[in-house]
Amino acid sequence: MGAANANRTGQGLLRFITCGSVDDGKSTLLGRLLYDAGMVPEDQLAALRRDSQRLHADAGDALDFALLTDGLDAEREQGITIDVAYRYFHTARRHFIVADCPGHEQYTRNMATGASNAELAVVLVDARKGLLPQTRRHSYICSLLGIRQVVLAVNKMDLVGCDERVYREIADAYRTLARTLGIAKVDCLPVIAPGGDNVGTRSARLSWYQGPTLLELLEAADATPARAADFRMPVQWVNRPDQGFRGYAGTICGGRVAKGDEVVVQPGVQRACIERIVTADGDLQDAGEGQAVTLCLDRELDASRGDVIADALRPAPVADQFACHVVWLGDNALLPNRTYWLKIGARTVNARVMSIKHKVDVNTQAKLAARHLELNEVGSCTIGLDEAIAFEPYATNRTLGGFILIDRQSNATVACGMLDFALTRSANVHWQHVDVDKSVRGAGMGQRPLCLWFTGLSGAGKSTIANLVEKRLHTLGHHTYLLDGDNVRHGINKDLGFTPEDRVENIRRIGEVAHLMVDAGLIVLVSAISPYRSERRSVRELFDEGEFVEVFVDTPLAECEQRDPKGLYRKARAGEIRNFTGIDAPYEAPEAPEVHLHTAGDRAERLAEQLTEQLLERFVAPADDGDSVA
Amino acid sequence: MSKDIAQAPSHLDELEAESIHIFREVAASFRRPVMLYSIGKDSSVLLHLLRKAFHPAKPPFPLLHVDTTWKFREMIAFRDRVAADGDVEVLVHINQDGVRQGISPLTHGATVHTDIMKTQGLKQALDKYQFDAAIGGARRDEEKSRAKERVFSFRNAQHRWDPKHQRPEFWHTYNTQIRKGESVRVFPLSNWTEMDVWQYIRREAIPVVPLYFAKPRPVVARDGALIMVDDERFTLREGEQVETRMVRFRTLGCYPLTGAVESGAATLDEIIQEMADSRSSERQGRVIDHDPTASMERKKQEGYF
Ligand SMILES: Nc1nc2c(ncn2[C@@H]2O[C@H](COP(=O)(O)OP(=O)(O)O)[C@@H](O)[C@H]2O)c(=O)[nH]1
Repeated sequence: MGAANANRTGQGLLRFITCGSVDDGKSTLLGRLLYDAGMVPEDQLAALRRDSQRLHADAGDALDFALLTDGLDAEREQGITIDVAYRYFHTARRHFIVADCPGHEQYTRNMATGASNAELAVVLVDARKGLLPQTRRHSYICSLLGIRQVVLAVNKMDLVGCDERVYREIADAYRTLARTLGIAKVDCLPVIAPGGDNVGTRSARLSWYQGPTLLELLEAADATPARAADFRMPVQWVNRPDQGFRGYAGTICGGRVAKGDEVVVQPGVQRACIERIVTADGDLQDAGEGQAVTLCLDRELDASRGDVIADALRPAPVADQFACHVVWLGDNALLPNRTYWLKIGARTVNARVMSIKHKVDVNTQAKLAARHLELNEVGSCTIGLDEAIAFEPYATNRTLGGFILIDRQSNATVACGMLDFALTRSANVHWQHVDVDKSVRGAGMGQRPLCLWFTGLSGAGKSTIANLVEKRLHTLGHHTYLLDGDNVRHGINKDLGFTPEDRVENIRRIGEVAHLMVDAGLIVLVSAISPYRSERRSVRELFDEGEFVEVFVDTPLAECEQRDPKGLYRKARAGEIRNFTGIDAPYEAPEAPEVHLHTAGDRAERLAEQLTEQLLERFVAPADDGDSVA
Repeated sequence: MSKDIAQAPSHLDELEAESIHIFREVAASFRRPVMLYSIGKDSSVLLHLLRKAFHPAKPPFPLLHVDTTWKFREMIAFRDRVAADGDVEVLVHINQDGVRQGISPLTHGATVHTDIMKTQGLKQALDKYQFDAAIGGARRDEEKSRAKERVFSFRNAQHRWDPKHQRPEFWHTYNTQIRKGESVRVFPLSNWTEMDVWQYIRREAIPVVPLYFAKPRPVVARDGALIMVDDERFTLREGEQVETRMVRFRTLGCYPLTGAVESGAATLDEIIQEMADSRSSERQGRVIDHDPTASMERKKQEGYF
């Protein structure tokens, strides 16, 4: 029998998080916990004794346990981001991993990080102060990230005369709060962190408290609360050393699976039975949540990384639009309709936040209207993916319900999110197949459909050049349409302004319209400032390979300002127009446009002429497939 | 059955599964991963997990040893035996510029030696082979400043670690996106403690370099540490003499920079017992950490692990 099959007796690992406001005594409590668990080696203890005396000459031999875990002041001085620190300790009965989040400004982000893998939170309050807005905030974030058990430690009891009534009031108030947040299990206890009272040993000063100590509570806590028990495993890696073996490697994230069980590979519907459960320690008869295994199926089917292998009788729901909660972590705000990568389990897909229903004040949980989400804000959103995925609500499965969003330009992790439920509308709208398609329509017009996308500053010459090119193409017998950004704002986009979120939506709609027109067989010329790389990239991805030609009309800002054909730069400089590209709104130049036009010192007619020649040669009428089309 | 399952705490199963998950994520997400192999106990555990993660296939990427030319002879012999197993490719890189300059820890000191032979050597090797993910054996419990290190730690094209722009990590959903030239360091043992490592080595019967076990060895007391005289390059200072003492090592590195501890622990059980009773932390033996000009944060920013 292999190790992976060993009986899972004992208490297992407990991952927990500690939360408290500055000076509640969190570092002291954590240091004391490590000390009481016997985790402080002699050399560190000697250093602690030295440092304690140096820093608190008046305090006699008392040890300052906060020094054991602080260590972050130095980092603060060096300007290093203060975030989650992990500590490890064990007792005879159990092993623990503590996520300690000392940040202040970044508190939401850090707490969410620490809480994402934790099953329990130790919430600290100062007995003199009682519940603070921060207590509520910490508890809300814990509950948002799925923590259902809290230990409330009422600290500094010595400073309120060890008064039981003070403790009771705080404990009762907290239980009420926890109920409103959906925290199912709350244990409260009074402690005095520096003395270790009720930390590792019972306290004579607090003898009215008869319950377990903090260590005892942690030792007894349930590390694997009951969750939905249906078998789920995201495929991480297809293991194919040779023709004779094909296994799907992954970590089981729900339920159990046994040899012979029927499973389905989702989001598809192919079924198979489990033939082997392979580990390096030998095959298993069955395996459960948390085990990293390799599954062999009894028939060849097409499964790859990101698919989910699930119980065939109780498969996971499949959808591409969801209601969810998002914690925003990016320096730049979340913009609805911008495309981000969404990673969930082993799957990465394109995703757009379609709407922000409201944001949530983390201190009061009040719902506030919002058009975008800033750093450390929490929002209730709807999100749409460009492919359907197998998922579970976060409350029942963290792996298949928890996701991160990644910025496609910077690769930064800009959000974490929790899926609540699928929106039914997505499942009911299917893609209708049509027989007359783009290539047929294009062939009828004797051309290859194409989107020419002109981007550049206002006054750069986009419209002038696009206009000239269209005229030339038209003369040559091509079927064209010019979509001008300004004109579109009088109709389909007349509800949009110039804020970042509206600019994103503006380009998304123009892109979709251009896409429809290309689908109709036309050569579409779009002239729009389209200042963001991210959105230009999203538009590009709507089109097939070779169908999208990005033309960068590159005119220096100074030159545009001097031309100022519509007098807009003058107004922007005078502060009469806000969010004007190039003045008080950014323009992100293309990194690799298909065509780069330097306009300075050249006439528009000549540029258009050259451009048309280039286009005809490179994109519009490639010689070889022109024959087959005609 | 050689393994002692009765004694195996189940938390080792959880740590093992988590590490295997990380290995597989690397294999699936990067073009050209490598596992940095330093020959120590953590590397032994890493190699064991690497094999487990991809069983029955062979490990899908090679090991890389950055040889400073001052490792214990027993370490090199051990490395060569691992290479002879044949299931995994072992690449060895030596900073030849450093060799030409005659860099030595004895004459240039710990900081210069480590920077040139280890940090620069590692960068050279990563550039040479164009690795985009380098797996290492660092643990968060080793040192205070590592307590907040990520599992997937991002490095720019110059291999620099920017503490201000670390990516937050949620669940086990790692952001593995990088651009060309950038890379990540990956630490599958992040959540393991020194004790976990030894208990796992015992449970899984993983081979480790014999230097971890106590034996009479020739040592010199220097600057408060016991340095083993491993070859003829080591020259005695005035007043120093070689004595034979019963010692072992808690960590392994370049022999002139690695302090031995006096110990009678000659078996895994005895090592684990000694640790349970022990009252000093692991890095005490590392001469390099006592060098006041070399803070761990700074070394990390410069590309040292
Ligand atoms: N009297 C008393 N002082 C405490 C107690 N717990 C912490 N302190 C003190 O409160 C201050 C802040 O503690 P610290 O652990 O640094 O707080 P943190 O900011 O939450 O980590 C320190 O001066 C501690 O010594 C307690 O239970 N009683």
